[in-house]
Amino acid sequence: MAITDERFAEQEAAAAGLAAPSRLRVVAGRFFGSLQGRVGFALLGLLFLLAFAGPYVGRWGYTDKDFMAFLQPPSPEHWWGTLQTGADVYAVTLRGMQKSLIVGLLAAVVGTSLAAVVGAFAGYFPGWADRVLTWFTDLLLVLPAFLILAIMSPLFAGGQWPLFVLLLAMFLWMITSKVVRSMTVSLKEREFIQAARFMGVPPTTIIFRHVIPNMSSLLVVDATLNVSAAILTETSLSYFGFGIQPPDVSLGSLIADGARTAVYAPWTFWFCAGLLIVTVLAVNLVGDSLRDALDPASKRAVRRGAR
Amino acid sequence: MSERDECRAGARFPGRLPLSQFQGLMARQERGGRHRRRALPVPAVTTGPVLEVTGLDVTFGTGPDAVHAVRGVSYAVRPGEVLGIVGESGSGKSVASLAVMGLLPPHARATGSVRLLGREILGATEKTLTAFRGKTISMVFQDPLSALTPVYRVGDQVAEAVRIHQRVSRQQAAKRAVELLDLVGIPNAAQRARAFPHEFSGGMRQRAVIAMAIANDPDVIICDEPTTALDVTIQAQVLEVLKRAQRETGAAIIMITHDLGIVAGFADRVMVIYAGRSVETGSVDDVYYRPRMPYTMGLLGSIPRLDTGGGRPLVPIAGSPPSPVALPPGCPFEPRCPIAVPACSEKEPALEPVDAPDHLAACVRAGEIEAEGWSPAEVYRVAEPQVPTEETASPVRPREEREVVLAVDGLTRHYPLMRGAVFRRRVGTVHAVDGISFDIREGETLGLVGESGCGKTTTLMEILELARPQHGTIVVLGHDTSALGARDRMAVRRDMQVVFQDPLASLDPRMTVYDIVAEPLRAHGFGNPGPRIQELLGLVGLDPGHAARYPQDFSGGQRQRIGIARALALEPRLVVLDEPVSALDVSIQAGVVNLLEDLKRRLGLSYLFVAHDLAVVRHIADRVAVMYLGRIAEIGGVGDVYDAPMHPYTQALLSAVPLPDPRRERSRRRVLLEGDLPSPAAPPSGCRFRTRCPLFRTLDETGQSRCVNEEPQVRPFGEDHGVSCHFAEKVEVV
Repeated sequence: MAITDERFAEQEAAAAGLAAPSRLRVVAGRFFGSLQGRVGFALLGLLFLLAFAGPYVGRWGYTDKDFMAFLQPPSPEHWWGTLQTGADVYAVTLRGMQKSLIVGLLAAVVGTSLAAVVGAFAGYFPGWADRVLTWFTDLLLVLPAFLILAIMSPLFAGGQWPLFVLLLAMFLWMITSKVVRSMTVSLKEREFIQAARFMGVPPTTIIFRHVIPNMSSLLVVDATLNVSAAILTETSLSYFGFGIQPPDVSLGSLIADGARTAVYAPWTFWFCAGLLIVTVLAVNLVGDSLRDALDPASKRAVRRGAR
Repeated sequence: MSERDECRAGARFPGRLPLSQFQGLMARQERGGRHRRRALPVPAVTTGPVLEVTGLDVTFGTGPDAVHAVRGVSYAVRPGEVLGIVGESGSGKSVASLAVMGLLPPHARATGSVRLLGREILGATEKTLTAFRGKTISMVFQDPLSALTPVYRVGDQVAEAVRIHQRVSRQQAAKRAVELLDLVGIPNAAQRARAFPHEFSGGMRQRAVIAMAIANDPDVIICDEPTTALDVTIQAQVLEVLKRAQRETGAAIIMITHDLGIVAGFADRVMVIYAGRSVETGSVDDVYYRPRMPYTMGLLGSIPRLDTGGGRPLVPIAGSPPSPVALPPGCPFEPRCPIAVPACSEKEPALEPVDAPDHLAACVRAGEIEAEGWSPAEVYRVAEPQVPTEETASPVRPREEREVVLAVDGLTRHYPLMRGAVFRRRVGTVHAVDGISFDIREGETLGLVGESGCGKTTTLMEILELARPQHGTIVVLGHDTSALGARDRMAVRRDMQVVFQDPLASLDPRMTVYDIVAEPLRAHGFGNPGPRIQELLGLVGLDPGHAARYPQDFSGGQRQRIGIARALALEPRLVVLDEPVSALDVSIQAGVVNLLEDLKRRLGLSYLFVAHDLAVVRHIADRVAVMYLGRIAEIGGVGDVYDAPMHPYTQALLSAVPLPDPRRERSRRRVLLEGDLPSPAAPPSGCRFRTRCPLFRTLDETGQSRCVNEEPQVRPFGEDHGVSCHFAEKVEVV
């Protein structure tokens, strides 16, 4: 199949400008090519819209108390009913969702990224880098996470929620990082990594371009699970009175309170619980489609996404 | 059915000799005579066929996604006959044999007729089949490691095969197992029978599997690629064992393989299978010398030959085999056929007799091919070797005048052998590479050949690492690797690129072709790689519009082309090729080999070509270095080494390669090596090859002691030919 010179010249002439089908663009195309991805993304978008734009539509603020209506079912005045304190369920639920969405998503993304980076570096560089990183991972693994978060809780009382996110993430990544490390050790022996090394690609670039993307299935699943884990950890912290402090609310604290009155005043429980379920569902849908979009071997994405 | 299940079934195909016969045999054995049940080969065509397959169809799944893997295959084998079934991967040849054995997975449907000794066995109950398997029909699988149960001793597994179909005591079975292992040439069989499979080498394992297959004197032995996983000298040994097994049992053998050379020397008749259908069948001579189906012609033309050099371009078959899910309505080969006519796409041609009554071909133009006497080269319109023009002729300067692009001198790589978990201690040294020297000059291809474990990959990695070697020097493009700074190393990396063996493993599965080919460009700081990528993909014969696809969307040959495009992205001067075609089918391989030659000529590249396939090396290389246990046995120009090999190892290696030429193959003298490669952790003293050397055995005492005590160095013979043997002599073996 020798290419004749004429054909070669012809191709050179035609080489005007090939649109760069970079990985990002291809993955995005495949992600939005799947119904699941579109639904998940739209759902997550709607939830954010509801959480952040919803309060402007409602009549009541989350700190407002209606002393004329304690524990009232949904009515034109209070769309989703009221709590025992007279607070508007619509307003507090959305306020709680703002916190939970940000805390949950951010903590999951930060935690998983940390796991990927630490694990990949530890696996790729044997020797002292591996030893230091593994020691650090083991150290965090033995620290009682809940206790530390509880002790630190006064710090986030004054609106320091980014710190809270960081601390939550700090205790989410260790086990994944250990898995990532062992996967990196075996990936490092694969020929395409060697090919990149022999091409002169620097090690850090290899880690971010070859090692981590090849573990994306694991990482996406891990991040999806971490979203629920982070929301639930935050919930249980709030339940014990740590975490998000009153008068601020989170989905966790609302569910904890609502659970007590759920039997005779279901609106105090079901709106926040339902939104939590929808959030986790949307995250899972996005996670699944992202995994399929990143993994070219996935049949589903190929069938729907390919031109 | 998983491979594990297959092998379990494989381990249990034993058969039964009539008890009286078996006891008689034991008695004869006790009288000291080596047992020969049927000393002479049973003359063919005396009785009816032992196995007759008619219109065999195998389908996996149902509905539109159904895979029609085998479509109407018919054949018959008579006692003592060897039928070769040849086809590329995915052609359905293995599925057809599994269907015969009744070993298809449950979701496969097989129709047609399979008659074993006149009895229909297709669709028979498991119980009936079990009685047949091993007793009348047995199988040798490709992977000898997975065909033996790792937790039982080899002797016990062979004895189990005996005991399933024969009513003999445990002791008798064990004794018979030792006999069988002895028969297949396992040295010291009584002792080795107590070994576990992992203690056996690949060749020994395959011998044990053969011993199991012949344990019950079967009438038919199906061999599914029995030597594909083995090195060429071991392959020659195993084929010899199979021949002996056939002589002993008088069984018919069905030899399934992709290697036309093996069939040429081993089979009586051959069936070529394409897209699940038999496209040509006949006697070996008819099919090899008078092919009447363009696919067969293409296959024969696409194999690099050991006996002809690089003057003849290979004939690749364009395209790749059709997907079994969406077969074209007409002849399945029509899209790739160079002489297709409109009639080809209308209806699938039937298998019809051509020149000889038992020579059948499925081609509408078979008559025409016969009448016109077209040769494969004419059918495939192979271009005549180009007359060198001014431009191409100019770089052919004498070797001494050209620049040295890679010089390796006394390269050594030893690995420590550690033992113990808590207190790790060094218990030995693996001498992977032990002082080798060679050089490559500009525009030249050096083939580095040797069997697995000879150190060729280690050599390659040492060169590619660009680090200071343990001993010796590596000089790449004038830079000594032991004194290389980071910036120089980067510069050398740019000029030296690598193509790996497995195209799928060497391309990141998560990256698009565009990103893969762009990677070296980005690593070396080129902006906007778009136009260059388009040019590169065109250069290696790929559609630049496919740049957004992933490697898995391409066929094997196309993937390797992506690998080559990536290697060429930076316009390197030296390309290191690590078995670049050994994972490809022959018809695809030819295209890649031609591409490599074409690129070398046009871009003035130098290649270090590492391979175990001697025929490919002969085709593509200018010079060749033969390695054995970490040392170079022989080095020189391909003409010198292939036509007049002087080292006994090279002679054995070359004579072990089967030629796709039945007449020459039958008349060749084989230098068979004994035993396996010694462990590189404990190489023999003196000459490393002496433990297996046929020449060593013919020497007198003083000669032998020289081989034992003195390590031979590479001595020059002639202009460009070096041999490391004290007693080198020229022998023609090809």
